[in-house]
Amino acid sequence: MLAKRIIPCLDVSAGRVVKGINFVELRDAGDPVEVARRYDEQGADEITFLDITASSDDRNIILHVVEQVAEQVFIPLTVGGGVRTVDDVRRLLNAGADKVSINTAAVNNPQVVADASGKVGSQCIVVAIDAKQVAPGKWEVFTHGGRNRTGLDAIDWARKVASLGAGEILLTSMDRDGTKNGFDLGLTRAVSDAVAIPVIASGGVGNLDHLADGVTEGRADAVLAASIFHFGEHTVREAKELMRARGIEVRL
Amino acid sequence: MSRVAIIDYGMGNLRSVAKAIEHVSAGAGVVVTADPAEVLAAERVVFPGQGAMPDCMRELDARGLRPAVLEAARSKPFLGICIGQQMLFEHSEEGNVPGLGIFKGEVRRFPAEKMVAADGSRLKVPHMGWNEVWQKQAHPLWAGIEDGARFYYVHSYYVDPADPALVAATTDYGIPFTGAVAQANIFAIQFHPEKSAQAGLQLLSNFMSWKP
Repeated sequence: MLAKRIIPCLDVSAGRVVKGINFVELRDAGDPVEVARRYDEQGADEITFLDITASSDDRNIILHVVEQVAEQVFIPLTVGGGVRTVDDVRRLLNAGADKVSINTAAVNNPQVVADASGKVGSQCIVVAIDAKQVAPGKWEVFTHGGRNRTGLDAIDWARKVASLGAGEILLTSMDRDGTKNGFDLGLTRAVSDAVAIPVIASGGVGNLDHLADGVTEGRADAVLAASIFHFGEHTVREAKELMRARGIEVRL
Repeated sequence: MSRVAIIDYGMGNLRSVAKAIEHVSAGAGVVVTADPAEVLAAERVVFPGQGAMPDCMRELDARGLRPAVLEAARSKPFLGICIGQQMLFEHSEEGNVPGLGIFKGEVRRFPAEKMVAADGSRLKVPHMGWNEVWQKQAHPLWAGIEDGARFYYVHSYYVDPADPALVAATTDYGIPFTGAVAQANIFAIQFHPEKSAQAGLQLLSNFMSWKP
């Protein structure tokens, strides 16, 4: 049986892993290669890098990071953050990324999803959707870390990007991100049921049961978390052991 | 020293495959090449592939690589990966294109009506992630790899060989499908060994020392 995936997410700025505490203070948390290798050893199924480099001058640094990690860590790597064009996608794939995640650029120009998947294949294209609840059972797509409304209904948008050729959806609840209260399970389930492509749940993980809930109640194909693993609270292996104990198929 | 050629016909990044082989076989002399002469000169050949099979077939022919691939598949230890496995067959439902026809059989899409899990939930396509690979025949490339070990898959189509004796492994996803085929000097797999952590590295290491 196909295993549900656990994906640690690393925020990378100017070539270093950074940890945010309450989104304010960014702290250096080490060398991306070292951190990625540690997660691989713990049994991570994939690793996602989110490039949060502020300065455009430093944007190419992520390519070197991906090259170095891909030389030493033999599990799938996804890279997102600031991806705007098909050329950006190509550069990241050529550096060693297996999948590239597109967020704001897809909202601004949905054709980029079709163009990119047409060029490199759907399996390489993840569309990241940041959503906030606006009414019971209704979520809207936001960009820029939840600041900008788009007017797009999250479920309609998920269907649209799937039809444009996205191979996977990375779904983040902006209401839950950083709260440690667990995924927005209603959102996760609604999107997962709406599309035939895999959905990764993200935003809000505060304990290991939240990860399992994302699969059992949210029907996610994969679960993504950052802080729960970064701060040494839990290892990926512990997460998998708990998920297995709750009857979820995992790779252990 | 073993020289291995990874055939590069412009479909996808082959760095990961090259790095994974270098990782398990120091001094292997890995070349990533679009040059038919280099393919023919290599001791062993890896035939990868990514994206859509019609594009892969077109790009392979555009680079004049078909004769070299056919010759390598006839005479050298040969490892097909992902679309590089699918292309060995006669025909694909994807884009309704002919393949290289080394093996009889069809490349099929996962049937939508069978994509239902045991608990009734929908199985997503692409089949993406770590699934169990059940070995159907003893083979040197399975050495040190547990039956049912998980490998990383990402695909929407799978090979359906006409000859069941080709099947070296199956995986279950809604239906049981062929994950690996083997015949003489050819071993070809749908999953990605270069992304399958320890099990994948073991398989690549086995390939590098394989003497069919």
